[in-house]
Amino acid sequence: MSSAGDRERRALRLYGLLPSWLVIGIFMVGPILIMAVVSVLEANVFGGVHPRFSLEAYRQILFVYDLFDRLEFNPAYLIIIGRSLSLALIATLICLLVGFPTAYYMSQQTERRKNLLIFLVTIPLWTNLLIRTFAWIIILGRNGVIEAPFRGLGWLQEDATLGLMYSNFAICVGLAYSYLPLMVLPLFASMEKLDTRLLEAGSDLYASRVDLVRRIIVPLTMPGIIGGCILVFVPSLGAFIAPDLLGGGKKLMLGSLIQFQFATARNWPFGGAVAMVLLALVVLLLVVQARSAVRQERQAEESLSK
Amino acid sequence: MNATMSRRPTMNSKVRDEVSVAIDIRDVVKVFGAPPVEVRALQSVTLDIRDNEFFTLLGPSGCGKTTLLRLIAGFEAVTDGVILLYGEEIEDLPPNKRPVNTVFQHYALFPHMTVADNVAFGLERLRLPEPQVRESVAQMLSLVKMESFAGRRPNQLSGGQQQRVALARALAPHPRVLLLDEPLSALDLKLRQAMRGELKRLQRDTGITFVFVTHDQEEALTMSDRIAVMSQGELQQVGTPAEIYQRPENRFVADFIGAANLIPARCVEVEGEKATCTWLSGERVEAVADKGCRPGVEVALFVRPERLALGRASGDGHGQVSDATYLGSSILYEIALPNGTLVRVSRPAEDSEAYQPGDEVRLHVPVGQLRVLST
Repeated sequence: MSSAGDRERRALRLYGLLPSWLVIGIFMVGPILIMAVVSVLEANVFGGVHPRFSLEAYRQILFVYDLFDRLEFNPAYLIIIGRSLSLALIATLICLLVGFPTAYYMSQQTERRKNLLIFLVTIPLWTNLLIRTFAWIIILGRNGVIEAPFRGLGWLQEDATLGLMYSNFAICVGLAYSYLPLMVLPLFASMEKLDTRLLEAGSDLYASRVDLVRRIIVPLTMPGIIGGCILVFVPSLGAFIAPDLLGGGKKLMLGSLIQFQFATARNWPFGGAVAMVLLALVVLLLVVQARSAVRQERQAEESLSK
Repeated sequence: MNATMSRRPTMNSKVRDEVSVAIDIRDVVKVFGAPPVEVRALQSVTLDIRDNEFFTLLGPSGCGKTTLLRLIAGFEAVTDGVILLYGEEIEDLPPNKRPVNTVFQHYALFPHMTVADNVAFGLERLRLPEPQVRESVAQMLSLVKMESFAGRRPNQLSGGQQQRVALARALAPHPRVLLLDEPLSALDLKLRQAMRGELKRLQRDTGITFVFVTHDQEEALTMSDRIAVMSQGELQQVGTPAEIYQRPENRFVADFIGAANLIPARCVEVEGEKATCTWLSGERVEAVADKGCRPGVEVALFVRPERLALGRASGDGHGQVSDATYLGSSILYEIALPNGTLVRVSRPAEDSEAYQPGDEVRLHVPVGQLRVLST
C-alpha cells in the first residue's frame, strides 16, 4: 500500500514538475548547450558552422599561428578578460557605494514613501538600455552637459576636451548606471528587515554612527550586499552596450567581443568559446562565494561547540 | 509626595541635586506628531530619581512611562522641560554620549554576535583595552550566571537566558543609571518571579540606580524602593510601595494598585485630618481626610478588602454575602449593601466563621481605615 503510494507520489513529482523542467530546459539549459556545441565546431566564414569537431576556437583565445605556422602566445584576449573583470569590479563597487546609503534611506521611510521610492528606482528599467546609455553620451561627451559650462566660462579651448568619453571611466559610469537598481533592490529588501531596535541598542551602548554601520548594519545586511554585488557584477562582465557606446569600441570587453564575433566577424565558434569562458568565470565566482559562506557558517558552529 | 509637591524652587535644590539626585526631571512635556494629529504623551512631569535607588515607573499601557524612559535614554527628544543627570543637562546629548544603558523589552540582542561579543560591545565602543574588556565580560557573565553560554548566539538561548545576557550587556559599561523597559514582560510567570529577586540583588550589588518601567503592580511593589504611578501622561503619585498601597492619593492609584473598595459617600464635616461623611443609607462614619475634602462634596471612601471585618451581631453597616471565593490563604467575600453597592472583604481562610452566599452579615470598619479620596 505504502509502496504504491510512494510510486504514485514519485510519478506525480516527475510529471507534475514537467512544465518547469521544460521551461528551464528550453529557456536556460538549451541555449547554453547550443553555445557549447557551437564552440567546438569549425567556423564557416559566411556565418554559421561546419558540423566538424574542432578546438580551434579555444586555441584562438590564447594562441595565434605566427608567420611560420608555429603557435605563439597571444595575450590580447587575456587583456580583454582582465579589463572586463576589473571594470565590472569597479562598477560593482560604485554601485555598492551609491546603493548602500540609498537603500538605507529608502528603508527608513514610511510605507507609502517606500513604495514610491521603489517605483522611482525601477523606472529606468522600463526603457531601453541603449537609449539610456546614449543619454550618457550627451552628459559626458564633447560639448556635453559637463563640458558645456567649462567651455562657456572659457576654461576649455574650442577644440579641447575633458576626455571623459571613450575611456574606462566612461565605461564604469555607464555600467554602474545600468545596473544600480539591481544593487539597490536586494539591499533595500535586507535593510527593511533590519530591526531598528538593534540600532537603538547600539547607540545606547556608545556606538557612533560609523560604528552602527560597521558593526550592525553591514553584518546584518550581508545577504543583500552579496546578492546585489552578484546581480551587478555578472551582467557588467558580459555587458556590451556601455563598453561599445561609451568606450567607443576601443576598450573591448568580453561582451563586445562576443557580440562582434557573432554579428560582424562571423566566427561563431570563437564567439561561443569566449561566451563559455565568461560563463566559467561567473560559475567560478559563485562557487567561491558559496564556499566561503559555508566556511563561515561552519566556523560559527565550531565556535559554538567550544 | 506628589507631582505638585515635588516641584521645588530651583535655587535651594542645587545642593541636594549634587548629593543624592540621580535624575532630575523638570516640567518635561513630550508631544508626538504635528498639530492636527498631536499626541501629548507626557503632560508636564516633574520627578526626582535618587542615586542608588530602585525606582519604578508604573502605569497602564499608554500612560507615558516608556516615553519618559526613552527621553532619559535619548531615543526621543523632549518637547519642553529639562532632564538633569547628576546635575548635568543631557537633552543635547545623543544616546551614545549618555552614561545610561538600557535593557530593552525584547532584549534587542545583536543576532550576529555571540553572547560574549554582545556583552563586550559597549566596552569596546568605550575603547577599553582588550584584556580589561575580556575580564569585564567574564565578570558580567558570571554575575548573571551565563558563563557557560559565552560562545552561543542569541537565537540559541531561551527567553530567560536572553534576558540575562541583555542585563549583562547593559551593566557591563557600569552606567550611572540602568533603564529597564518592561524587561520581564516576555517571560513566563515562574521565571518572572525568580527574576524579580535577581534584579533586586543585582541592583544592590552593583549600586547602580535602576529605573524600571512596568505595568505590573505586583512587580512594582515587590522590587521598588519608590514607585511613580502614571496615567495619561501625568504623574499620579510618587512614594514608597507602602505609601502607595496604604495611602493612595486618588481613586486611580487606589484602584490600580491591588484590590480596593471605593464606596460613594458625601463629606459632612472636616476637622483637620478627620472627616465625617455620610455613606450607604445615611449612616455617619469617620474617615481620614484628604486635601480636596470639603463639606458637601461627593467623595469616595477607600478601604482595602483585608482591612474590613465581618460579623453576625454588630457593625457599621449590614449586607448580604453575594459571593465567596476561596483563594487558598484567604477567602474573598463580595457583600451587597442595601443600596446596591458591592464591597469586597478578604478574610484569612482559617477564620473560625466562614460565610456562605446569602448569609446576612455585618460589616466592621476598624477605626482609621477609611480614607477620603475626593479625586
